[in-house]
Amino acid sequence: MTQPGEFYQRDRSIQPPAFTPGYKTSVARSPRYSMISLQNSVSEITGPRFGHSDIDAGDNDLLTNYAKAGESPIGERIILHGRVLDENARPVPKTLVEIWQANAGGRYRHKKDTYLAPIDPNFGGCGRTLTDENGYFYFRTVKPGAYPWRNMVNNWRPAHIHVSVFGTGFAQRLITQCYFEGDPLIPICPIVQTIPDQGAIEQLTAKLDLNATIPLDSIAYKFDIVLRGRRSTLFENRLEGN
Amino acid sequence: MPQELAYLKESASQTAGPYVHIGLAPGAAGFEIYRQELGRDMTGPNAKGERIRVEGRIIDGMGAPIKDVLLEVWQANADGHYAHPEGGGEVEEGFRGWGRVISDFDTGEWGFDTVKPGATRGRNVGTQAPHLNLWIVARGINIGLNTRMYFSDEAEANAADPVLNLIEWENRRGTLIAERTERDGMPVYRFDVRLQGEDETVFFDV
Repeated sequence: MTQPGEFYQRDRSIQPPAFTPGYKTSVARSPRYSMISLQNSVSEITGPRFGHSDIDAGDNDLLTNYAKAGESPIGERIILHGRVLDENARPVPKTLVEIWQANAGGRYRHKKDTYLAPIDPNFGGCGRTLTDENGYFYFRTVKPGAYPWRNMVNNWRPAHIHVSVFGTGFAQRLITQCYFEGDPLIPICPIVQTIPDQGAIEQLTAKLDLNATIPLDSIAYKFDIVLRGRRSTLFENRLEGN
Repeated sequence: MPQELAYLKESASQTAGPYVHIGLAPGAAGFEIYRQELGRDMTGPNAKGERIRVEGRIIDGMGAPIKDVLLEVWQANADGHYAHPEGGGEVEEGFRGWGRVISDFDTGEWGFDTVKPGATRGRNVGTQAPHLNLWIVARGINIGLNTRMYFSDEAEANAADPVLNLIEWENRRGTLIAERTERDGMPVYRFDVRLQGEDETVFFDV
């Protein structure tokens, strides 16, 4: 029987560990025993798939998906676009990308957010889309504001957009955050700094993409997302007695 | 210099944060925006097999339930097939086998309705005991935690399961086995996940 190709082992040297005391909430929420390493079975190489019946065409436009007719959210209008690729640099087509963010003042539309910056009546703060056949996606939104949070007494999150991606197998499931080039809060953010590798932090930092801006309308940032790659050659690897 | 390898590196994970609901379950954040929220109906109307409910809590290292957690579930149908081209076979029309659930803001309790999955093919030979694959994210969790839930009424299959048997410490295997009870004639499995402590749940690096 031919075995399906597994995903490449996750490179834990560029991923944040569970226990990161600088981000205090992680202390009580981090497992302490070693994870059990699991070679992929059918349970890990498969994952949910989504189609155009699941979402609507306007779901990726945060400028309009919650705004009253003829109105817009306050803030810097941006296009966030990029591709979902795997570690083999191949596009991941037809995969679900979901985002959420604070408004331009740094306030979330969430019943648990009590920051004094105001809710924007025309901004929901979430969007979703499927990548096309080339792995490409785009959103229209406003640039989120920085905001304070309770960790140290005086911590501020850099402007960021939360991003959730699926891929083709459940082992690729990923939630991350997109930061913006030039933000002085990035190097002093305890959540960013849970990532032990500077290159990996830069990979989460979207770059201004002047060519993709719409003149006199919206500025653009490019943000590519990389999911785990899969072995393409199928060598048998039979374990004794298993 | 040897040749360079042209692989990309996986994007680093970041915590889902306290407001994950806005993106993945906006109704819970307090507003309606989408035609439908995803992951509510795991099975569709045509799924064969036993209808079950799964409930639990995610408990932190202080012994407190986490009240802002989000779980995703990935499972096979009653025949042991995943809804995927490499999933082992056909599934019923409308069966997805994927669910998304959040904990209650006051109690930390979560729960979902599904069908009990069948045994799935093993990595090499044999089968894996029926199980649910769980992925857990929350504020304070830097990278999603992968674990599995097995069923207490599958003792024989569990004893032969290649993944449970990978766990060197036999006393830890029980952290992955949900206890079956009944409520109003419906099977209810209880699965509490403990992030720390002597009875820390087994997590997998998949």
